[in-house]
Amino acid sequence: MPSTDSASPTVPPAVPGPGAGASAEGAAPALDGTPPPWTVAITGISGNLGKKLAKLLHGEAHIVGIDRRPFRERPKDVEHHQVDIRKNRVEDVFRRGRIDALAHLGIVHDPRAGSSEAHSFNVAGTQRLLDIAVRHGVRKIVLLSSANVYGPLPGNPNFLTEDTPLLGAARFPGVRDLIEMDMYVQGFMWKHPEVETVILRPVNIVGPTVRNAPSNYLRLERPVTVLGFDPIVQLIHEDDVCRALALALRPGVRGVYNVTGPGEVPLSAVMKELGREPLPLPHFLVRPIVRRLFESRLSGFPPGEVDYIQYLCAVDGSRFARDATWSPQHSMRDTIRSVLPSR
Amino acid sequence: MAGLGDEVRERLKRWTLELGGPGTRERLEQLTPPRNEFGVDPYGFDIDYLQAAVAPVLWLYRKYFRVEAFGLENVPNEGRALLVANHSGQLPFDAAMVEMACLIDKDPPRAVRALVDKWVPTLPFVSTIFSRCGQVVGTPENCRRLLAADEALLVFPEGTRGLNKPFAERYRLQDFGLGFLRLALESDAPIVPVGVVGAEEQAPALFDLKPMARLLAFPHFPITATLLPFPLPVRYRLWFGEPLRLGGSADDEDSVLEAKVARVKSAVAAQMARGLEQRRHVFW
Repeated sequence: MPSTDSASPTVPPAVPGPGAGASAEGAAPALDGTPPPWTVAITGISGNLGKKLAKLLHGEAHIVGIDRRPFRERPKDVEHHQVDIRKNRVEDVFRRGRIDALAHLGIVHDPRAGSSEAHSFNVAGTQRLLDIAVRHGVRKIVLLSSANVYGPLPGNPNFLTEDTPLLGAARFPGVRDLIEMDMYVQGFMWKHPEVETVILRPVNIVGPTVRNAPSNYLRLERPVTVLGFDPIVQLIHEDDVCRALALALRPGVRGVYNVTGPGEVPLSAVMKELGREPLPLPHFLVRPIVRRLFESRLSGFPPGEVDYIQYLCAVDGSRFARDATWSPQHSMRDTIRSVLPSR
Repeated sequence: MAGLGDEVRERLKRWTLELGGPGTRERLEQLTPPRNEFGVDPYGFDIDYLQAAVAPVLWLYRKYFRVEAFGLENVPNEGRALLVANHSGQLPFDAAMVEMACLIDKDPPRAVRALVDKWVPTLPFVSTIFSRCGQVVGTPENCRRLLAADEALLVFPEGTRGLNKPFAERYRLQDFGLGFLRLALESDAPIVPVGVVGAEEQAPALFDLKPMARLLAFPHFPITATLLPFPLPVRYRLWFGEPLRLGGSADDEDSVLEAKVARVKSAVAAQMARGLEQRRHVFW
C-alpha cells in the first residue's frame, strides 16, 4: 500500500468515495463539469459487454477503453485507445493518466481464430497488461473469467464452488486460454496482495447483444440436443453481468467468485420457453455430426460444446451474493427470453 | 408433441394415485419441495414429474415385488437424515423400493433422495429421469449440501460391490466405505439402518464378465441365471431400524471411524437378519 500511495502525492488521504478506493481524487461529490473521481480502464470495450459496462459506469467513473478494434458510437467523454495489449504502446495508456481500476474483458473466444494467435493475445496479453497495471499503481483488477472453466463432467456435484479444480479443458480445448488466464490471475493475487484482484466466473451469459455460443445456440430454430439428456443450466443476463462487474470494481471485494443469475432450469424448459423445436440426436452420433458441421463451416459450434448440453456444469454463487451483496435483476423468464429479437 | 407429453403425464399421475390407494393424493400434497417458476428445485427435482414417473415403479412396488415395509416411523418426518441400506439385485430396484416406501406408505410422506453412482449421468434417459425425480450424484459436496438443507438421503455404502455381487454372497454385507459416516458426523445427521430383504434373490448373478464391463465402461457386467438382470418377482421386505446417533468428530482417524462404521454395518445386518427370520418364502 505505501508504494502505490506515492503515485498521488498531492492528494491528502481522504475518506474513500464510493468506488474510489483510498486514492479518491476529490472525495467530495462530483459537481457538474468536474471529472468523475475515479478512472476505470476497460479492455475489450468495443465488444458488446464492454460497451454495456462503459455505459453502466459512465457518469460514475472516468472511462478509458483499451481494444484492438475501434469503438463505434463512443460517448465524447470516454477515452479510447485502439491498441493491442501485447504492444509496448499500451503502457502509454497507463502513463498518460492515473488509472484506479482495470476491468479485463478483452478475451478472444472465437473458436475459429488461429489458436496460437488467440492464445498469445489472451495469455501473454493478460500477463503484460497486469504487469503494467501493477507498475502504474492500479489498485483494483477484475478479470472476467467464466463458470465454464470447471467443465461439464458427468461426475460433477450439482453446485461447483470456487475451490473446484478447473478441468474444463480436459474435453474442450476451447476454454484452455480462459483457464490459463484464470490460473495466472490467481497466482497474481498472491504475488501482489497490494492490488485488490477479483476473478469473476459468471454462468452462461445471454442477452440481446451477446453473440457467444450459448446465446447463438438458443437462437437456433431447431437446436440439436442430446437424446435422453436434459441437464440443468444456469443463465445470466448481460445486464446482470455488467452489474456484477461494477460491484466487483468497488473497493472491498477481492477473491475468486462464481456469479449466478436467477437460478437453475432444465435445458428442455429453456427450449419450451423459447418455443424451440429441438432435434434430439443420440449421444454417439451427435459429436461426429457437430464436428463435421463445424469443420465444413456449416455451423459455428465446436464439438466440445456438446458436453454443455449433455452434462452438468452448474455453480454455487452464494459467496459473491454474500460478499458483494449480489442479486440479479432479471428474472429467469426475462433472462431466457433475452435472446429473442425484440419486437 | 408437448400436448401428447402432457396427456401421458396426466394419465401416469392418475395411475399413481390409483395404485397408491385412498388418501394418496392428500398425502402427496404434503410434499412441498422448493420449486421455481419452471417447476424444479435447484437440483432439477420436479415433484409433478415425480408423481407421473413413479407410476410404473409403484406398480412394481405394489403388484410385482408386493413390498412390505416395517418401522417406517423410524424415518424422521423432518430434518436431515441418512438412510443406510444393503445393496443388491444387479439393478438398483432396492433404492427405488425404499424411496417408494417413504413416499407412499409413510405418513407424512418423505421424498428421500438416493445418491447415485457417477456413471449414471452418462446414461441417456436414465440421467434425466433420475434427476427430475430428485436423485443426485453421490459426491461428498452434494451430500453435505443436501444434509445442510435438512433433506433425507439414501446411501448404499457397499456401492456396486454390493449391487453386483454373485448369488453365493447374498445377504453378506460387503465392505462399507467411510465417506458416508464422515458426512453424517460432519452434519450431525442421524443414521437410519435399513435392511432390504428380497432384492438379494431377484437376479442371481453367476459371475462378473469383467472384459465386457471394461468395454462398455460399466462398473460390472454380471451374467445372471436369467441372462439379462431382469428381476424375478421376489417379495421385498424393508426393515427400517431405529436411528443411530454417533457423536464424535468427522476428523478422527480412520481406525476410530471404522469402529463406528462397524456399528452401522451391524445395525443394517440386524435389520436384515430380522427380515430373513420373519420371512416365510422368497416369492410370497
